[in-house]
Amino acid sequence: MSLIEITEVRKSFGANEVLKGINLDVEPGEVIAIIGKSGSGKSTLLRCINGLETISGGSISVAGAQLAEDEVHLKALRLKVGMIFQQFNLFPHLTAGGNVMLSQMVVKKVPKAQAEAMARRMLERVGLAHKFDAYPDELSGGQQQRVAIARALAMQPIALLCDEITSALDPELVSEVLAVVRELAAEGMTLLMVTHEMKFARDVCSRVVFMHQGRVHEIGPPEDVFANPQTPELRQFLGMTGHA
Amino acid sequence: MIEFTTWDILRNLLLAARWTVLLSLVSFIGGGLLGLALLFGRISPRRWLSKATGSYIELFQGTPLLMQMFLAFFGLGLFGVDVPARLAAGLALILWSAAFLTEIWRGCVESIARGQWEASASLGMGRLQQMRYVILPQALKIAIPPTVGFSVQVIKGTALTSIIGFVELSKAGTVVTNATFQPFTVYGFVALIYFALCWPLSKSSQILERKLNVAHRNH
Ligand SMILES: Nc1ncnc2c1ncn2[C@@H]1O[C@H](COP(=O)(O)OP(=O)(O)OP(=O)(O)O)[C@@H](O)[C@H]1O
Ligand SMILES: [Mg+2]
Repeated sequence: MSLIEITEVRKSFGANEVLKGINLDVEPGEVIAIIGKSGSGKSTLLRCINGLETISGGSISVAGAQLAEDEVHLKALRLKVGMIFQQFNLFPHLTAGGNVMLSQMVVKKVPKAQAEAMARRMLERVGLAHKFDAYPDELSGGQQQRVAIARALAMQPIALLCDEITSALDPELVSEVLAVVRELAAEGMTLLMVTHEMKFARDVCSRVVFMHQGRVHEIGPPEDVFANPQTPELRQFLGMTGHA
Repeated sequence: MIEFTTWDILRNLLLAARWTVLLSLVSFIGGGLLGLALLFGRISPRRWLSKATGSYIELFQGTPLLMQMFLAFFGLGLFGVDVPARLAAGLALILWSAAFLTEIWRGCVESIARGQWEASASLGMGRLQQMRYVILPQALKIAIPPTVGFSVQVIKGTALTSIIGFVELSKAGTVVTNATFQPFTVYGFVALIYFALCWPLSKSSQILERKLNVAHRNH
């Protein structure tokens, strides 16, 4: 059994069918890059996996937990998969430490001292131990994104979903975030990331998924996908981004 | 005929002003508590609940406060319930304040970025936890100036209760005028007392608003 099983997933917004039957199985420890043109449904797919969007058809399960609409099932699923957003979405009224502690205490009912110890460890892991007491608006974009990663990690998920997590960053801040992700990958974390960083995808990912018009158009190890694209759509996409 | 000194007039008015203050406090606090409950209904993902609270708000925003007071006062009387004026006044003002406060606060909650809901949901928080720990702490800061501003409307709203016979500042003004035949002096004082109650509030609402705008820091 795979860690994440996505079977015939469909999603429509009104009459607009955005996902048209997605099948994807992810094994533990895999790092999957999802690439594709704007509007091809990459974000929608990630958002479906942790229930931010309700799927119109098919099924998704993570480590045996089935995606369902009620709060109990959703919560069980969300404890297994964390999500990192393009816009960081840190809680502005809490310090970096507070951000990492909150959900542990509220959702998992971890005692405060223990949550704080965990928060310090996680911030340390992303290289921000010294920013425990800083508020989000006192941090650079790259630092905020790393706090967001620490916040997700503190819930001890078995997989992380990353939606263009470096796209809102100034170019010089991209690498510090990618370095953290690279380390997570090396430690065996299962990652599904929508990304435009083709070089990163090539270096780090075990498989690349090319999405086109709501379908998985091509899938395979990065060597194959980048060096030997099978479809004209992928060739055109890679040509466009200059990585053919 | 008995002579009234200016001090007599003022003293009587100030004594009555206590009722204005008390009624305002009761209405504002009661309306605030009810408004908070309504707020959860208003922004609930359950359609029927948010529709129902929406209708409540429209009803109370779409009719004059005076009619609401008449209905509370005479309407309950029709059912054989004998309603003292102060109860009808308090009830009508609480229901009315709640409607306005709910709508003010809904705007504040909705101004919080959607990403805050999504991030907290993705961390496994339930809806109440999201509200309690993520949304309300941020919305509260935005809500303070308009809420303080609305308290001025509540104070002025209490003047209407004089019509159903509750003796507060306005009613006392009428009574004292009838006894002294000095309407200008009496109502002048009445206006001054209202001003003394309202002005600090509207001023502090302005200052708070400016402060919160200047402070880009959200904490
Ligand atoms: N909440 C929504 N309501 C209606 N339509 C939506 C909604 N979210 C996404 N869509 C539509 O679904 C399609 C796919 O959007 P999605 O955000 O998944 O694309 P994407 O591949 O992530 O694109 P990008 O690279 O620009 O982020 C788009 O046509 C978009 O307009
Ligand atoms: Mg997207």
